[in-house]
Amino acid sequence: MPELKFIGIGLAIGLAAIGAGVGIGMIVARAIEATGRNPEAHGKIFNMMILGAALTEALAIYALVLSFMMIR
Amino acid sequence: MEVSVAAERIFSLFGIPVSNTMLTAWLAVLLLTVSSFFATRHMKNIPSGIQNFFEWIVESLFDLVEGFMGDRKQTLKIFPLAATFFFFILVSNWMGLLPGFGSIGFYEHGKLVPFFRSATADLNTTLAFAMISVIIIQISGVMALGIRRYGKKFINFSSPINFFVGILELISEFAKIISFSFRLFGSVFAGEVLLTVITGLVPYIMPLPFLGLELFFGGIQALVFVLLTVVFIKIATTEMAH
Repeated sequence: MPELKFIGIGLAIGLAAIGAGVGIGMIVARAIEATGRNPEAHGKIFNMMILGAALTEALAIYALVLSFMMIR
Repeated sequence: MEVSVAAERIFSLFGIPVSNTMLTAWLAVLLLTVSSFFATRHMKNIPSGIQNFFEWIVESLFDLVEGFMGDRKQTLKIFPLAATFFFFILVSNWMGLLPGFGSIGFYEHGKLVPFFRSATADLNTTLAFAMISVIIIQISGVMALGIRRYGKKFINFSSPINFFVGILELISEFAKIISFSFRLFGSVFAGEVLLTVITGLVPYIMPLPFLGLELFFGGIQALVFVLLTVVFIKIATTEMAH
């Protein structure tokens, strides 16, 4: 049944978004907490937070690209 | 509306097909060359105007890379690569937001083929960048440690656990190529599709926050690509801690 393909596409990106959302939320929350404890290290903490967030987000982007390819 | 994941061919040059992303990449190179010509003309010791602007960007990037590498000599060795990647990826990402990109084109088999499309919205471009990055990471590791000690990170017979860790490290090097290329490609391509869909639904006022988001994400992706390359080079050139 070709209509089931759309369930697959929706599931792929939906589940990946859950994972990425939880992950990035935790990263930013700890970064904000660390800055609150030590406001001087704000620059370094911000850099590492951006790096960590981009690495986590990449996993959701893989699923997004896959779901685009599944449309065809 | 139709979006195609692959870049479309617009004309052929001596039998080689030229895609719309290739045309945009040439435009980006032209833009960077012209602006660097104007920035370095009549260079003064106390900069002003466009030279000042570019010096600000280059200096901030240098401080950032030096913060990650730790050592000034190594930063100087790796900085030309990092800065080139940064400028080219940034300009490529942001060019896709200009009016006319993705909308002006010709019709082929009933589908619109746009003349211009962001250069990094093509998996070929990002795959090329990823391969250059990973190969340079390996080369700098071998140059810093020598091929025996660098090879010991991957093929290590001292204990069964270390052997499997080495195999995993080897697989992870290949995973880096895929990860680099898909991160950049997916980010830019998904941004393009998002803008197309939003502009198709509500053409006035509504696309503004999404354009802002695209600007922000384009910059972040360029920065992250450069930072990850620098961090992996740093990891590759440090001795394995025992």
